[in-house]
Formats: sequence, structure tokens, C-alpha cells
Amino acid sequence: MNTATMARNNILGRLRAAPVAALPPLPDVKAWFDSQRRNEDLAQRVLRLRAAMQAVKTEFHDVTPTDWPDVLLRIAAAKGIGNLLVGSNTAHGDELQAHPLGQLQLVHYEQPIEAWRDRMFDGIDAALTSARSAVAEIGSIILWPTPSEPRLMSLVPHIHFVLLDATSIHSDLHSAITAEGWSSGLPTNALLIGGPSKTADIQQTLAYGAHGPKELIVLLRHATGAAS
Amino acid sequence: MSKVIPIHPMDDFKERSRSVLNNPGQRKNFRSAMDFLQAKRKSQFPDQAELEGLRELGAEIRRYSLAHLPRLLEQLETSLSANGIQVHWAETPEQANAIALEIAQRVKARHIIKGKSMVSEEIEFNHAMEAAGIEAFESDMGEYIVQLAGEKPSHIIMPAIHKTKQEIAELFAREVPGVSYTEDVDALIQIGRRVLRRKFADADIGLSGVNFMVAETGTLCLVENEGNGRMCTTVPRVHIAITGIEKVVERLEHVPPLYSLLARSATGQSVTTYFNLISGPRKPDELDGPDEVHLILLDNGRTQAYADQQLRATLQCIRCGACMNHCPVYARIGGHAYGTTYPGPIGAIISPHLLGLQSTYPLTFASTLCGACSEVCPVKIPIPDILVRLRNEAMAQPDSEEASLRGSGAARTVSGSAVWSVWSQVYSRLGLYQLASWFMSRGRALSPNEQGAWTRSRTPLVPAPKRLRDLLKERKP
Repeated sequence: MNTATMARNNILGRLRAAPVAALPPLPDVKAWFDSQRRNEDLAQRVLRLRAAMQAVKTEFHDVTPTDWPDVLLRIAAAKGIGNLLVGSNTAHGDELQAHPLGQLQLVHYEQPIEAWRDRMFDGIDAALTSARSAVAEIGSIILWPTPSEPRLMSLVPHIHFVLLDATSIHSDLHSAITAEGWSSGLPTNALLIGGPSKTADIQQTLAYGAHGPKELIVLLRHATGAAS
Repeated sequence: MSKVIPIHPMDDFKERSRSVLNNPGQRKNFRSAMDFLQAKRKSQFPDQAELEGLRELGAEIRRYSLAHLPRLLEQLETSLSANGIQVHWAETPEQANAIALEIAQRVKARHIIKGKSMVSEEIEFNHAMEAAGIEAFESDMGEYIVQLAGEKPSHIIMPAIHKTKQEIAELFAREVPGVSYTEDVDALIQIGRRVLRRKFADADIGLSGVNFMVAETGTLCLVENEGNGRMCTTVPRVHIAITGIEKVVERLEHVPPLYSLLARSATGQSVTTYFNLISGPRKPDELDGPDEVHLILLDNGRTQAYADQQLRATLQCIRCGACMNHCPVYARIGGHAYGTTYPGPIGAIISPHLLGLQSTYPLTFASTLCGACSEVCPVKIPIPDILVRLRNEAMAQPDSEEASLRGSGAARTVSGSAVWSVWSQVYSRLGLYQLASWFMSRGRALSPNEQGAWTRSRTPLVPAPKRLRDLLKERKP
């Protein structure tokens, strides 16, 4: 038996040899969340999400399915963003591409990161991704990165734009996990993001832009005519 | 840079404590940091009933997970393997370092970038890698500062809590090329960001800890604010995660309550910036993420705690640090005085299993048993009860039935045992007790002025001139 198998067997053996008391019952997590869940409609969930995320410096902009590229381009111009990383073969990437972009250059994430790592780290100002959904209670958006919108898009560029459909906001994390069936299969990487990256490691003073994005800008996409 | 500070030299625990107590600057840093963290936590739990309900649920989840630990670890191994994550088991720090080193040498790694991992501190990972000529670079801002200063973390959540911004400004100006002195916190963080971005891009391996492991889905969960954890687990070609065997839960739905308790108890936030769920290496059609993901499961004495029904509760810990933030002893002596990887109340009850009672028993006495730690513990670990139990273990007769731990009986002394044996004789025999108390009260003038530790900060103890028995006799008509 090699060392690796031996270590495994020894550890499991010691755990199994430990005295067994009465086994505790399976905790009822669902009952707890059911008892705590507020009776909220979508508009109230939107408000809670915004309040929680804005409290940690996330920007929110209400957009419609047709005007969001204009809104994004206006913000990008105001912030002096030179280039924007978009995924390959995404509907929103194509929509944006169809607009007159002015000074803004679109960069498509088409190559494995190894082929352009330095440019990703030193030459990209901002990125645009979609969000899968969001959680009102804990003020977080949910991202499941895909081959067309990879993981580093929401991490390395200094500014992260996120397109979030207002209809996709869950009440709490438990209902998000259950409604979306997470336990039957997760992607390589799933993420909850609550705001731009931050730290309070120097004398408990809060500073934004630690290692990830310095700014998180949520484009909250309402069905046409529903923008508040 | 790699000045190695020895950990766990217990003999000078008292000396180190005294030196901090005599340093008003450090005491002020810790006091204000603790006040800040206590207030932040309190603001997150405005509803006492909600807090108590959630703590009970958190404790139930942890107890359930521990009760099923061997089964859950096997289930975890199966699901992780199915997801393409390679699982390694280590009984000792040496084995854990050897596993990491073997991976590093196979992929010819020269630079390792590290996310926050207390287990990597526990096994002295950086030292082991440097000895093999591999750079291990910390990327959590607090850990980066501490490493740059050649120190160790003084808190499990806020590693550089003992440093002022002036000290950090001086450190950066001295150690980071091309940086001039600034006390502006935003500017200091941007300096760290600039240095570390290069490190992320150039690293061959990313090392991280794990907050929760999910057996049913084969998922590693990482909780963080800075984004360095995501960098370490996404940018390099190889990701090695290392954690203790106790961190597993059965189901994904067990995670939300623990995550909420962790974020709110640790730093008083409703949520952290990032909650990162990793369930596999890069797939063939994906453009980033590591090609290899490894998990090292470490025992290092945890199975000793597990073997005892009472001490097993120690393993419920989710490493939020609330116990140290509320501990009157930690607030006064700070994290370094403990001399162990995990300081504060949780450190005093976990370290004896990792290092043996011989070197750690003084920590179990460094508590007033006030109970603040167990009151704030999000998973309801009865820390004071466990401290008392460990004190008893430290005083137990070696090889007796009470001595069940590595180093049991380490605090037992011949003179101490003799005193207690006389005491128990005197107090269990009436005649002997009367005789002894008569001599004590009549001979009170002979009481010594020097009474060891008692008289260091108190007046000497002198028996009363009359015994209770004598006083009662006088009152008789």
C-alpha cells in the first residue's frame, strides 16, 4: 500500500473507530428559509437587491431590451472607457456590435487565456457579461461563466458591466438554488457577486478595487415599458 | 523576506503576553479593532430571534455533517473525482507539503500565488516551498503585508490587524520598489493591486483554502471580498486547494445558512463580495480556468478531537473569528502572543489537537471563562466547557483513564499534585479538617508574604483569626 492510500485509510479508519452517539436528524433548511421569507413581489425584490448592492458601491441603471446599448455606450464615454471585452457568440454582444460604437473598441474573448494573458491584464478597460439571475436578500448577482463568457471576464477588467433581467431576481439564496436545480449539476465555476472587489485589511478602512473590478455596473433590463 | 518566525514555542507565552500588555500602542490597535468588529457584527443581527434560530440551524448542520463525516468524505471524494478534481489525503503537515511539492515539481512550477488559507499557515507551506526553491507569494492584502514584513498573521480573518496604516506605509516605502511613503489607504491598496496583478499573471500554481466542501455536488466553496481567491483559482494552470477534513457538508442547501452566519459573524457584512463555487477543472471548450484542480484533505490531529464526543464540537468551527473578536484576553494580548496558527478561544481549543497539549496547555488557562466566545459562536461551540475539559486533561495523571489526548498530564507537577492530594485528604476527613483549620487560624501570623502568582498583583492571603466553627460556637446561648 502506498503512502497516499495509507493516509486515506488511516484517517477514515480513525473516524470510523470513533464512538457513535445517536445520529442527529437531517437539518430542515427549507423550513427555516420558508419561515424567514418575506412575501414580496418582483418590484420589492428589485428594490431590496438595488439597496443592498448600492450600499457596497454597485451602480444600477434601468434599461430596456432596446435602449441598453445606448445606455452602456453613454456610461462608457463618460468614464473614458477605450475598449470593452465581450464574449463570443452572445446575443447581447451581437446587439452591441450592431450599434455605432464611436470611440469604443470591442474586444472579443475568442482565444484561450494563455494566448493573450498580458493583454487581458494590462490592456482591457472593461467587460460586459450577462447575469444568470440574482438574489435580493443577500444583494448578489449570480454568474455561471460559459465557454462564450469565460470566468475571467468578471474578474480581471477594471470595470464590469452586467446585464441582468429584472424578472430573474430570487428572494433568497435557498430559493435560487432550489428553483434553478443547482444540486443536480453545477458548472465548472458558479459565482455570486455582491459588488466591486474590496478590502478592509489596512486598519479596518474600506477600500474598493482590491484585486477584481474597481466598479460593478448593473444594467437592469426591464421588459419594454416597465422601467421604473 | 522569508524571515521564519517559529510557531508554537509555548514556554514564552506569558512573556509574549506581558510584552504586549506593556505596549500601549499595540493594545490601542487591538482594542479599537475589536470594538469596530464587535459593532459591525452587532449591526448585522438586529433581530435576536432570527440570530438564535439561524445559530441553531448552523449548529445542527455542523453536528449532522460531523456525525456522518467518514461517509461524507467518501461521497465527496467520489463526486470530486467524477468532476475531474483530484483528491489527496494527508495525515500530517509533512505529508501535505510533500503532496503539494510533488505536484509543483511535476509541472515544473517556480511561482505559487496564494489565496488566504489558514491551513497553509498551519502546515508552514511557504517555508516548505521555499526550502525547495519555489516562491510562495501571498495575495490576500493582509497576508501580503504580513509576508512583506516577515511576520505571521495575528488574526484569522484580518491578518494584519496589528499594524497601523503608518506602519504599512513605511513598510511599502521600504520594501516595494519605486514606491514613496503614503498613508492614503486607497493608494496603498492600489500599490498592492499593481504588484499582485503581475504575480497572478506569472504564477504556475494557485493555492487556496476552502470554506465549505459539498459532498453531493463535488464542489469547493470559497468566500472572499478581494477577488484574489478567484484569481488564484482561475488564472494559473494548476489550482491546489487545501483544507481540514472537517469542512465538508452533505448538501448544497446546507451552505446558505452557514455562508450567512460566516459573513455576518466574521466581518459584519450581510454578504461577501464573492462566493466562488468550484466544481471542476477547465473543460475542453472553455477558454480559462486551471487544467488541473487538486484538493488536499488534512488531518493533523483533527481525528483526535473527533474521537471524543465532547471535543468533537471543536470541529464545528467555520473559522469566522467572532470568538477572538469578543474575547477579553485576545483583545488585550493580540494574536501573536498565542504563538499558534489559530489564536484566541478557538485557537486554545483546536491547537492542543494539532500540536499536542505539552506545548499548548498554557493557552487553555488564558481564559476567564466569561463565555463571550460561546455566546457569539455562530455554530454554538461550547468553548468554555471545552477549555475546562482541556485543563483537566493537562492536569490528568498520565496513562490514567482521564488522560486521553496527546500530551495529557503535561501541566501536572509533583509539588502541585502533592498539594492537591493533601488538600483532598484534609477536606474529606472531619477530624483532620478541624485540626488543620485550628492550626491555620492560630498560626495566621506565619502566613508568607510571598505567595507565588497570587501576590504578584494582589495582597497576601491570610486565614481568618477565628474559624466559622468558632464563630458559630460563640453565638450559642
